[in-house]
Amino acid sequence: MQTEQLKSTNTSETESKPKGHSIDISSMKRKSNALNLKDEKISIEVNDLRLSYGEKEVLHGINMQIPENRVTAFIGPSGCGKSTLLRCFNRMNDLVDGCSITGKIIHEGLDIYQRNVEVAELRRRVGMVFQKPNPFPKSIYENVAYGLRIQGINNKRVLDETVEWSLRSAAIWDEVKDRLNDSALGLSGGQQQRLVIARTVAVKPEVLLLDEPASALDPLSTLKIEELIHQLKDDYTIIIVTHNMQQAARVSDYTAFMYMGDLVEHGNTDTLFTNPAHKQTEDYITGRYG
Amino acid sequence: MRVSFKKWFRGGDPWIWLNAGAVAISLLMVFSLLFLIASRGLVHFWAHNVLEAELVVEGSANKIVMGEMVDTESVPAIQLKEAGYPVPDNVEFMDRHLLKMGNRDVHGSDFRWILDSILVNRHYPENVITLERREWGNFYGYLVDVKESGQVIASGDTAWGAFSQRIDRALQIHEAIHVIEKADIGHINSEMERLRLKQRAYELDGALSPERQADLNVNRTRLENEYSDLQQRLIDLYTEINRDTATMRTANDHIVDIKLSQIVRAFQANKMSLTEKLSFYIEKLVEFVTEDPREANTEGGIFPAIFGTVLMVIVMSIMVTPLGVIAAVYLREYAHQGAFTRILRIAVNNLAGVPSIVYGVFGLGFFIYFVGSGIDQAFFPEALPAPTFGTGGMLWASIPLAILTLPVVIVATEEGLSRIPRSIREGSLALGATKAETLWRVVLPMASPAMMTGVILAIARAAGEVAPLMLVGVVKLAPSLPLDGNYPYLHLDQKFMHLGFHIYDVGFQSPNVEAARPLVYATSLLLVVVIALLNLSAVAIRNRLRERYKALEV
Repeated sequence: MQTEQLKSTNTSETESKPKGHSIDISSMKRKSNALNLKDEKISIEVNDLRLSYGEKEVLHGINMQIPENRVTAFIGPSGCGKSTLLRCFNRMNDLVDGCSITGKIIHEGLDIYQRNVEVAELRRRVGMVFQKPNPFPKSIYENVAYGLRIQGINNKRVLDETVEWSLRSAAIWDEVKDRLNDSALGLSGGQQQRLVIARTVAVKPEVLLLDEPASALDPLSTLKIEELIHQLKDDYTIIIVTHNMQQAARVSDYTAFMYMGDLVEHGNTDTLFTNPAHKQTEDYITGRYG
Repeated sequence: MRVSFKKWFRGGDPWIWLNAGAVAISLLMVFSLLFLIASRGLVHFWAHNVLEAELVVEGSANKIVMGEMVDTESVPAIQLKEAGYPVPDNVEFMDRHLLKMGNRDVHGSDFRWILDSILVNRHYPENVITLERREWGNFYGYLVDVKESGQVIASGDTAWGAFSQRIDRALQIHEAIHVIEKADIGHINSEMERLRLKQRAYELDGALSPERQADLNVNRTRLENEYSDLQQRLIDLYTEINRDTATMRTANDHIVDIKLSQIVRAFQANKMSLTEKLSFYIEKLVEFVTEDPREANTEGGIFPAIFGTVLMVIVMSIMVTPLGVIAAVYLREYAHQGAFTRILRIAVNNLAGVPSIVYGVFGLGFFIYFVGSGIDQAFFPEALPAPTFGTGGMLWASIPLAILTLPVVIVATEEGLSRIPRSIREGSLALGATKAETLWRVVLPMASPAMMTGVILAIARAAGEVAPLMLVGVVKLAPSLPLDGNYPYLHLDQKFMHLGFHIYDVGFQSPNVEAARPLVYATSLLLVVVIALLNLSAVAIRNRLRERYKALEV
């Protein structure tokens, strides 16, 4: 019911299909200056989020809105807190000893840091892909079916369909369809990373968190992952942390620049890269530091 | 160009030499130990030639001796002189031989040290016969004649054919008797015992109705009938087996009548070719590994001891593995890492340092006298006052060993758990798995090779342990195996034999030390082999698991 409430607040400011914008630009590279954060339907809302490890505060009151079915990139120098912020969205920081959080993260109208939130269910809805490919030491099939088996789905037909669908979504089906029962560890790094994306997609999350998904991969695999992100954004809200500014510029609709635990600037990617509002952002994207 | 000592030292060369030397010494020690026990133990099964010689006895006629020369050593002449032997003046050392003369029923003892110098006219007569008997040890002598029901049917040198043929027959009958006594009658006995306990249980409950009594009686009568049938067959077989006797003559012309039923094996060692001896050797070795012991464990095989050792180790592993793994998972994954867990770890590690006999005493005092007798009171009141679990047995021997080896499994498993990459756990959690699901489906399978390492170490430790076992259920001679065809098939309450204890018993508790010595070596070798095999199978399992769950290259 909270979801509905959130949706009702959003409808007032959102035109039904924001995708229509990309039609004016004929090429694949959508230079959609027209995209505006204010017009988007919001998937995740962050309110004054503060996070500290022990005594040290790492995030100093972040406020931001993540639009639905868009790619949002987090950029910033190392240690600026972008990965930490990302890991807040599916409560991965809970696993870290001495980590304490104040503030709110509202996803689909639900404060995910509320006491009665079922963390496992939240993590299913907010999937995450990590920097290094981390397939389980199981077969390719079992890797993808893992999330479903966790949910108690053991019907062979359902599993088969979902595995194929997920592998197709992650654009790796053609490469692995003949060896689904081979160990996932035999795949190349890029394939493993796409397998991990397939695995994440298989549980049908609403949000995909990508934590530098291509930083451990070669350029060709990186390209494939980027194409994949492009395809996936129709169905998922995607947040990507990256060190690579070209990548951020290529794949994202919106970009958030963070510095020293603060959100400095958040806006349309093209605007942010061509006409940054803050000096810090400009210095960073022009390579003056970081 | 000369390298200065200082430079050589600082270059690290001495350390390499030191390490290599340490490794070499360790290897040398292991292999010489193995070589020692193998060489001493394995010659025992060879068909030694039988020596006949004359013994010079001062002041009387020479005495004829016969036997296998099993050992030779050099003794200081002074020592012999002090012992009262005639020793020439100008020698420092004299050789003496240990002769296995057998014929314990004739001579009283069957081993004798004889000085090399007084053993003359040595020869190896072709037709001398070695008899392995069920009692009284070996017999060495000549065959005079073979009798059937007291009638001579063959005599002299030609009798050998008839003799060996009749021995084969006797062995076959003996085997039949053995099967009836062990398997069939053993089965009836166990059934009878169960009926008795059933009746007693009814009586204790006050539920022994006439119908039940009648039912029990019917079963009992049936078993008794079966038993008397078997008894009749046994009587027939015994008359059959006792039909033949052989008259033997010792080297000193003693005439001895030997029943063929008493003979396990007869051979003419001096006549045998090398190939015959080799096949004989293999036959003896197989007997050693697969047969029951005879003659206070100094003859025959040690199969029950091998079986008991292996079964005990398996039961121990089945108990220690889940317990250790669960404890390790709690310590590593769930327990709050603080002072308390540190103390817990120290306590667990110290368990490994407690002398094993303490576990034996603990097993006896707590498990047998307290838990075991409690179990008897609660579940086996019909058998009282005879204890079922209230006495030493397979179960109570395995539990102290499981506690003894618990730290090894815990430490190894914790080590394994700590090495599972964090990214794999996060991967599972990010898919909506709970911590328990992640553990069960991903972390534990990946840590299974480490667990196997723990089990391997536990096996190595437990299989070699003897001291605690003497208190909690290992015996010198167990009447039956702890696993057999009688309900309930696996008898964890039964006492059993163990290779380690067997070594102790044969080596140090045996009345016939010389006869037992080679068996001690052979048994030691076998114990090493059994432990190695148990370990290797565990290593094989671990390697398969490693291959399957090999962690990412991170």
